[in-house]
Amino acid sequence: MAKPALEIIGIAKRFGPTVALDGVDLVLEPGEVHALIGENGAGKSTLMNILAGKLRPDRGEMRVLGEPYAPASPLEARRRGLALIHQELSLCPHLTVTENILLGVEPSRWGWLDRRAARRRALAVLENFSHPEIHPDRRVGDLPIAAQQVVEICRALVADARIVLMDEPTSSLGRDDVERLFALVRRLSAEGIAVIYISHFLEEVREIADRYTVLRDGRGVDTGTLAGTTNEHLIAQMVGRTMEDLYPSRRRAVGGEVLLEVRDLVAPPAVRHASFELRRGEVLGIAGLVGSGRTEMVRAVFGLDPAQSGTILLRGRAVALRGPTADRLRQGVGYLSEDRKGEGLALPLSVADNLTLTRLSACSPGLGWLDLRRQRAAAQRWIEALGVKARDPMQPVGTLSGGNQQKIAIGRLLHQEAQILLLDEPTRGIDVGSKAQIYEVIARAAEEGKAVLMISSYLPELFGMCDRLAVMSRGRLSPARPIEEWTPETVMAAAVGTGVD
Amino acid sequence: METTTIEARPASAVPVPARERASALQTWLSRLGPFLGLALVILVFTVLSDDPGRYLSPFNLRIVLSQTVIVALGAIGMTMIIVSGGIDLSVGATIALTSVVTALGINAGWPPVLAVVAAVLVGGLVGLTNALLITGLRVVPFIATLGMLGIARGIAKWLADEQTVPVASTWVNELVVTFPRPEWLVLAPGVWITLALAVLVAIILRNTVFGRRVFALGSNEAAASACGIHTNRLKLWIYSSAGLLFGLAGVMQMSRLRLGDPTVAIGTELDVIAAVVIGGGSLNGGEGSILGSMIGALIMAFLRNGCQQMGWPNYVQEIIIGMIIVLAVALDGLRAARTR
Repeated sequence: MAKPALEIIGIAKRFGPTVALDGVDLVLEPGEVHALIGENGAGKSTLMNILAGKLRPDRGEMRVLGEPYAPASPLEARRRGLALIHQELSLCPHLTVTENILLGVEPSRWGWLDRRAARRRALAVLENFSHPEIHPDRRVGDLPIAAQQVVEICRALVADARIVLMDEPTSSLGRDDVERLFALVRRLSAEGIAVIYISHFLEEVREIADRYTVLRDGRGVDTGTLAGTTNEHLIAQMVGRTMEDLYPSRRRAVGGEVLLEVRDLVAPPAVRHASFELRRGEVLGIAGLVGSGRTEMVRAVFGLDPAQSGTILLRGRAVALRGPTADRLRQGVGYLSEDRKGEGLALPLSVADNLTLTRLSACSPGLGWLDLRRQRAAAQRWIEALGVKARDPMQPVGTLSGGNQQKIAIGRLLHQEAQILLLDEPTRGIDVGSKAQIYEVIARAAEEGKAVLMISSYLPELFGMCDRLAVMSRGRLSPARPIEEWTPETVMAAAVGTGVD
Repeated sequence: METTTIEARPASAVPVPARERASALQTWLSRLGPFLGLALVILVFTVLSDDPGRYLSPFNLRIVLSQTVIVALGAIGMTMIIVSGGIDLSVGATIALTSVVTALGINAGWPPVLAVVAAVLVGGLVGLTNALLITGLRVVPFIATLGMLGIARGIAKWLADEQTVPVASTWVNELVVTFPRPEWLVLAPGVWITLALAVLVAIILRNTVFGRRVFALGSNEAAASACGIHTNRLKLWIYSSAGLLFGLAGVMQMSRLRLGDPTVAIGTELDVIAAVVIGGGSLNGGEGSILGSMIGALIMAFLRNGCQQMGWPNYVQEIIIGMIIVLAVALDGLRAARTR
């Protein structure tokens, strides 16, 4: 039998106190497509970066075709026949398609660029995709995202790779391009090229891969052939628990004190009419299609967007409609944006700064001074309470994984001691494990007597979490009804405006 | 419930490039921009001038071109640096230092060629040091070269004993004269040298692996690095070769004043950066051209010359040039917003 294309033996890597990889083994045969699956933060990207020569492992060894492999730089990895296709695009927008594809391996004579050879080689790999708009002389920055992804893939192929590492390659591709990519992967595989394929989408993984390895908390916990394995088994291995435990049980609250009441709110153009009340100890769900005005309604309640008319009562007292957001914060209202990176967090600032920003007074001895030690301690408490994976409270929040970032964003509302939590898509784009932890946080907050409003596009979590549910449709909010009175079908009917109301 | 997917797959809508056609037009406009700016400056002063014939006379054009040499040489080097996503604030100080080195070398009885070569190499050494500070100590270019601004200026004053250094008459003093000898040269030797170097660097940036990697570095450093480009080594080459050009600019400075002056060229770095930015260079990196930068340098020179011809006081020039710099950077911001 031929030597394995790649052997990974006991690879480990720490970043400070955080263990990213804790002894991973993996054997990749030539021509094999091997799926690497796991939650965000399980260590997949760290492993890819080690293979691609961007990071050096602390322990363990690697072999390529039986020869020891310890790349000192991305260039060496490329020379040894490994190519990494990044999750995030890493292209030079100002350069042409040809220049991007051949970056680092430009054909040249005495340092002079051989443009014709470059163009020929670029065209040869571009032929794998029927994308007429990807002209080799076009600036990459002018191409649509999907076309850019194709350029990125071509770059990996042009270097005569023996082992291709694909980190979520389909995340910005349409279905057609996914098909073409899969056809290409199959052709690579037939030529004996081995592929490590990372993806969140299990059906996609099943379509393309033969074997799989599940990574959890930096360890390979399970490996096998996909053909004989159920999705339930894979998910259980990834999460370390079964799906039934995802939604925490809590006593359902009825008839608590009304903390927030919204009457006849109108905030054109998105919000045409909304009335609801939010009680202490309950989770009120807001369903509806994207663009139905859900986000705009909550923003208006929080004072971020001006409302035209209507009444907002906090604990029975009417408050100014155009009240600045600072007033809402003081009145005990907390808001979680659906756009975590854009407006939810200040990514370059530290975990501690992000957590404490809305109530710095808790870390202040007065007169506007900030007690950094108190701020750090407060942040440390939240990191532990929320199960955030972070090395240090002073670490920029942008360096955390998506799920951990979201925990920090919600942690800020808790630090703020908000009594009314307005959560817009609190679990969007994060892994199952983090979702479960965030559900736990929400359930605990409700049990402590806070009032939670939760917008979500994901019906199972609304049914799993909410006491009552209202549906937004074309700017109008339906009356809220107990969750038992809804079914997924009636919610969808209300959302598209054919059923209730 | 959730069984087959872990996350809802995003809708397979592929973003459509709505801005493509507009982008092509804007690219053309931003390419033509510097030429239009130059034409506008010349037009304005021709109209304002009492004696348009004199403003547009070959005599005056020779003066302007000779005056452009120092900023233009600086702008050639600065174009490489800015395209690579960097900046160099130590240009003026380097010019002062190398003007002193040239004068001291000639006064020490060296052959003038040797003094010139020494000055150019000192410029390269300053650039190399900048690059080592940036790559080795990981100081951002702005701060590293701001520090070097002080260091180079200080060394210049130290070498010159805080005085100007008058220099014996040699051919070096004739590099940027208005009426060169022999007469068939028409333009000063310094102008021809600048032109030749501009063409050379333009070709290097366009047609060599090095040149394209300079653009790649400025466009997306992480991508360049992931593709196996030694970005630190590349920066050493960029800042060092730009430094050589700044050293040559110092020789021209010495030639123009006919003395080495440690206090000369204060603020020249701003003229040089302005020339590059007016010529289409982006301070975010990845964009810029030698041709554009040369036009930018000419715009600055025609502006200064025009103000002098009008007999306007010095402060008027300073205000106008300040406004031009802000305008150019504002345009740069608009361009950057388009690419991001």
